[in-house]
Amino acid sequence: MLYAADLACLKGDRLLFRGLSLQVAPGAMLRIAGPNGFGKTSLLRILCGLAHPEAGEIRWNGRSIASDRESFHRTLLYLGHAPALNDLLTPLENLRFACAAAGDDVDEDVCVDALVRIGLADQLDLPARVLSQGQRRRVGLARLFLGIRRSLWVLDEPFTALDAAAVADLATTLSDHCAAGGVVILTTHQDAPFAVPPTVLDLSEVAA
Amino acid sequence: MSRTLGPFAAVLRRDLLLAWRGRADVLVTLAFFVVVVCLFPFGVGAETNQLRSIAPGVLWVAALLATLLSLHRLFAQDHADGTLEQLLLSPEPTVLWVVAKIVAHWIATGMPLVLVAPALALLFDVEQGALGVLVLSLALGTPILALLGAVGAALTLGLRGGGMLLALLVLPLFVPVLIFGAGAVDSHLSGTGADAHILLLGGGLLGALALAPVACAAALRIAVE
Repeated sequence: MLYAADLACLKGDRLLFRGLSLQVAPGAMLRIAGPNGFGKTSLLRILCGLAHPEAGEIRWNGRSIASDRESFHRTLLYLGHAPALNDLLTPLENLRFACAAAGDDVDEDVCVDALVRIGLADQLDLPARVLSQGQRRRVGLARLFLGIRRSLWVLDEPFTALDAAAVADLATTLSDHCAAGGVVILTTHQDAPFAVPPTVLDLSEVAA
Repeated sequence: MSRTLGPFAAVLRRDLLLAWRGRADVLVTLAFFVVVVCLFPFGVGAETNQLRSIAPGVLWVAALLATLLSLHRLFAQDHADGTLEQLLLSPEPTVLWVVAKIVAHWIATGMPLVLVAPALALLFDVEQGALGVLVLSLALGTPILALLGAVGAALTLGLRGGGMLLALLVLPLFVPVLIFGAGAVDSHLSGTGADAHILLLGGGLLGALALAPVACAAALRIAVE
């Protein structure tokens, strides 16, 4: 259960939103909506603990994420706008590093399976700089297909640059995660075929 | 144990692999060091006694500048591609992988300088007995430069004109290292023995190792926010 109360976000000297409260129960999916520049990404980064809110507090399972960072980050999987790929490493090396850095012990076979599943079987040994935009995006998303038990997924525009089949596949994976009791919070501008339509939080309603 | 060392080993291995794949960058730093050192005889004249006496200082200043030149690479790429965010979200202690990054950076850029320095010292006709002291002073001193520089690199991450600011920020901090590093070789040559200088450098290294990663981790959190 993710609970945030009375959040405010200041960007430069502009107040993006204030008095924002939200609550996401296990098994629920929350979509943050709103026009560009209304603080969707800022909100996601605040919810992850990457940025500090100007006011308000966030609790995960009843405990403040600021005071219990370590165990919160053990249950969090955040995929930001940048896919966190190094151009000199292969997709497999990038994926394995991402897992190791996050403290997940994942076998190489599992990583290969995940990359094959998302359609990168032919690119396993190529440096990431030769991949297309959509393929880079897929490598970034591959961590979602590893079956790691992290209950809170926070995804910034996960569907960008993906083709229709990949969008459907990802939507199914996200729906399955929720069905298994996980929490998904995402931003997106496009309609995806979710099993259960997500709850929508519109930032233009809380804009300061 | 292996769990805690996971991110440390992963970052160390990855950064060394990246240094190997991008070895042109590493070679540029080394070439810069060699070229700067070789410029001095042209500037001050090829009088042997004079060259012999300025050699420790020249080698140390060149090593310091070469280190400075490579510092901006330490976090810039990871900051740009989002890797830094992912590392900061790791449940493992931030200090751990920060140390791994600095160690990998030193192995890729500092260690080659230490290894090449004796050859360059011979160009200046430094007596062979002093080469050991020179190598030891650089081996203890360049890691301090990397540790202090990493704090500067983290503080100036993502700023416009960050490179210039980085130089202004860390060069004053490098001064004590320079004094004791070059001083070690000088005092060996003058017969007073380099022990005091080497011990001070060793103490400085331990102090920097204890404090710099913590400051660096805090600066990185601010930079990403």
